[in-house]
Amino acid sequence: MSASAELLNVQIDGVWHQFPKGTRVIEACSKAGKFVPHYCYHPKLSSPGNCRMCLIEMGMPKLGPDRKPETGEDGKPTINWIPRPQISCAQDIAEGMGVRTDSPLVRECRHGVMEFLLINHPLDCPICDQAGECQLQEFSVQYGTGGSRFLEEKVKKPKRVELGPRVTLDDERCILCSRCIRFMKEVAKDDVLGFASRGSHTYLTAHPGRKLDSNYSLNTVDICPVGALTDTDFRFKMRVWFLKETKSICTSCATGCNTIIGTRENVIYRQTPRENNSVNSSWMCDYGRHNFHYVNSPERLTKPRVRLGSAQEDASWTTAIARAVDDLRRFKGDEIAVIASGKMTNEELWLTKQLIEALGIKYRDIVPRVGESDDILLSSYRNPNIVGAHLLGVAQDEPGSLLPEIFRRVQTGSIKAVLALNEDLMNAGLSTADVEKLEAFIAIDILPNRTSAYATTLLPGYSSAEKRGSMINIKGRLQRLNRAVRGPGESRDDWEILRDLLQKFTGSNGIYLIEDVFKQMAEAIPQLHGLSLSKIRDLGTQLETNDVETGAPENVHV
Amino acid sequence: MAAIQRTPHPREKRIIFKNIDREGWTLDIDCYEKDGGYEDLRAAFQMAPEKIVNEVKTSGLRGRGGAGFPCGAKWGFIKPGGSKPVYLICNADESEPGTFKDRYIIHQDPHQLLEGMIISCYAVNARLAYIYIRGEFPLGAKILEQAIAEAKSRGYIGSNILGSGFDLEIYVHRGAGAYICGEETGLIESLEGKRPYPRIKPPYFPAVLGLYLSPTIVNNVETLCNVKHIVRMGGAEFAKIGRPNNTGTRLLCVSGDVQRPGYYELEVGGLTMGELIYDVCGGMKPGRKLKAVIPGGSSAKVLRADDRYKIKNKQPDGTTTEQEIGIDDILMDFDSLAAVGSMAGSGGVIVMDDSRDMVWALNNINEFYAHESCGQCTPCREGSLWMSKMTGRMLQGGGDPRDPDVLKSVADNIAGRTICAFGEACAWPTQSFVAKFPDEFAAYAAKNGSTAGQD
Repeated sequence: MSASAELLNVQIDGVWHQFPKGTRVIEACSKAGKFVPHYCYHPKLSSPGNCRMCLIEMGMPKLGPDRKPETGEDGKPTINWIPRPQISCAQDIAEGMGVRTDSPLVRECRHGVMEFLLINHPLDCPICDQAGECQLQEFSVQYGTGGSRFLEEKVKKPKRVELGPRVTLDDERCILCSRCIRFMKEVAKDDVLGFASRGSHTYLTAHPGRKLDSNYSLNTVDICPVGALTDTDFRFKMRVWFLKETKSICTSCATGCNTIIGTRENVIYRQTPRENNSVNSSWMCDYGRHNFHYVNSPERLTKPRVRLGSAQEDASWTTAIARAVDDLRRFKGDEIAVIASGKMTNEELWLTKQLIEALGIKYRDIVPRVGESDDILLSSYRNPNIVGAHLLGVAQDEPGSLLPEIFRRVQTGSIKAVLALNEDLMNAGLSTADVEKLEAFIAIDILPNRTSAYATTLLPGYSSAEKRGSMINIKGRLQRLNRAVRGPGESRDDWEILRDLLQKFTGSNGIYLIEDVFKQMAEAIPQLHGLSLSKIRDLGTQLETNDVETGAPENVHV
Repeated sequence: MAAIQRTPHPREKRIIFKNIDREGWTLDIDCYEKDGGYEDLRAAFQMAPEKIVNEVKTSGLRGRGGAGFPCGAKWGFIKPGGSKPVYLICNADESEPGTFKDRYIIHQDPHQLLEGMIISCYAVNARLAYIYIRGEFPLGAKILEQAIAEAKSRGYIGSNILGSGFDLEIYVHRGAGAYICGEETGLIESLEGKRPYPRIKPPYFPAVLGLYLSPTIVNNVETLCNVKHIVRMGGAEFAKIGRPNNTGTRLLCVSGDVQRPGYYELEVGGLTMGELIYDVCGGMKPGRKLKAVIPGGSSAKVLRADDRYKIKNKQPDGTTTEQEIGIDDILMDFDSLAAVGSMAGSGGVIVMDDSRDMVWALNNINEFYAHESCGQCTPCREGSLWMSKMTGRMLQGGGDPRDPDVLKSVADNIAGRTICAFGEACAWPTQSFVAKFPDEFAAYAAKNGSTAGQD
């Protein structure tokens, strides 16, 4: 809404308010503190007006014989109320409009709609995944009648329909609000869902020969107000009221969709999008959403390991850090390479940079990670913090451009030690034979991979769901990760591992909390001046960027 | 198809149905032209389009599809000189139970409809028109296609019609068998190739955002035929037929328990319900008494034969007097039927005698509406089937004492709260049947499971 939009006077439940022209009646009511219940209306989608839950009383100023509004004693227009209730989701406010959101007629309408929606709805709340976050349940309590007058048999419809690879549909629970249909058509640009049959027998289905297989299919589950559409992965796994919700961001690409991670007793059960209109609106892609199962993997690295001769053995952290430091001390700066990751947080990257400077390391870069992008949310940059890696000087101007040189030097033996931070060196381009040549190979990682067995020191770190910290998305927005679960076993937060390594070279550096890391970093990096982790807030902070188009710093080519 | 030879009743005033069942009348354009066909179109082209709109306004013609909206006022919503094309749609989806008039025009006098449409298109500057015909009328669709081809070959449709400079194409579009396609915005959605979900109004008033979101006029078959006669007679002359605000003739379709059911063209308000039933339709079947009448298609509220109806009569000096009348004295026009709490609707008069079970009758109607609800909005989708299940259960002997109250309350929760008028169409029968025949409903309600099957 532009600041200059004309303000219109609207009376809501007897009180006059002003709202900008173009405001929906239902939104105006909400801003006036009068929530109007609704099912089909979604602010990010078109308004079909089909659920009839948002019926309100509406009126326009009474016009006198001179066609001018008549005014009452308060000098405000007298309102001519429309006898029929009106939906509030599809109309914009008008000058002098009157609205009643809680009149006897409105309450009666809501009772009626609630009763209608429930008569054919299965009473399977005890085993329904939506229970606890179901608008049919919520509005039943608030606006329903409590009893049932329905003596007939309910309509039978398809159940356990595999609508697509990730979405399961229960047509009997569907209240036919059409949110999913509109989302797929209007946002996901894949008009794959529709209604079939007629009347109370209407059911949701994919068009013949099609599946709901879009990379955005799971957003339909989020916006489904009832338990009709369920996430096949989450289905029957956990009651939602047991889930602890942690605000975080998705780290599967550089878009940085804002998320809520749902956990219970240190296990992640689901990840859902969190509204941020500067980043991801209310949506996220299925790829990013489901990309958390590795966190729960039984294969996770849980103990530091050191290589003695030809075998790796478990070690204490003290031993492992000491071993890594001893190894690094044996080499000159140009004999050491740091292969870091665009998946690391700013704080980790900052400490990495300090280490690079302390040891005079010349060869450093990150491993580029690209994929196909779409026009919706998915970025071709699959490193979530490629911008931060560049800004903090760990990545080359063209990320990954130094890797061939580093590898050649590993192969020729002029680089003798490699610090691999959350990257598999074989994925980055080295062979096991190359890795075997290294005199020191210090790796921080969370899962075993093809090269981790060759590490001279293997340090188990945290996954993105286990750490706090910040990242900068491809549009230059600084955003926060929050800890949803603790890392397994003896694994440690990566920034602490890096700090401990760094302290061995620089002595105490006064860093006790991650806030201290950010503080140091913000003092040194002009773009972060004046910021702190808490100042980033839940929706992130836009940084001054060099590139107006993408927000990405110049020369970031991946 | 061999038409059944039928002589019009002497009380009839045949204008629209002049050629229906007419001796020697054939469907072809030659027959139509020989009878003076398309002369009114020639005359229309001598008039400015605004003049025709004004004549229609003067005529007082009200829509014959069911709502009775003034046709001239509807046309007046089309603002001349707009940037979007204007479309005209002939609603030939005649699907209200009890209504069977438009099909006779289509089957026996298609050129009258086309002439009316071409004049109407000229008046509102529509260059493209559609006839949306219900799927159950395959023969009608063929006849119309043939008639359009004939009219094109004679230069009544196409470019530069009769040298007027006016171009027009008319297409026939067949529905697929859904009642809701008769609702004008549902029809438009269907014509656009989508599910016929009626649109929300506002903002989708057809005259503003109709077909392809362009200004669109949707008129019933009979309404469009009337335009031809208004052009011939002049609006003022047309307005002399019938009563003020209830002008012209109406095609009444009488069905049910009368001796001579059928279609009759009668001056609007030119006779009473009693005259229609006992004079025109030959009265009730032997030994039977009138019990109830649904006067305007199945969705109209039922009128009970032994009820007294209070109506207001406007006196010449402007005062009104109140009068109490019986069902026989109700004038068959828009305003009178509205005044007694029902409606003239689509002209389908369903007459029921004392052999009729009103719970059965309502269940029959309820089944229809439950089957035809499009399912888009909650109250109609869920309520129509619920009402149907309730009356069905009552008929099976599974009554519950709360049934009449619940029926009424369900209907009350539908009417006035839906996207389109289907809500009223399915609620009014239940509201009126339960209110007017409480004893019959109470008797079924009292028949619970233990006495099921005893009657």
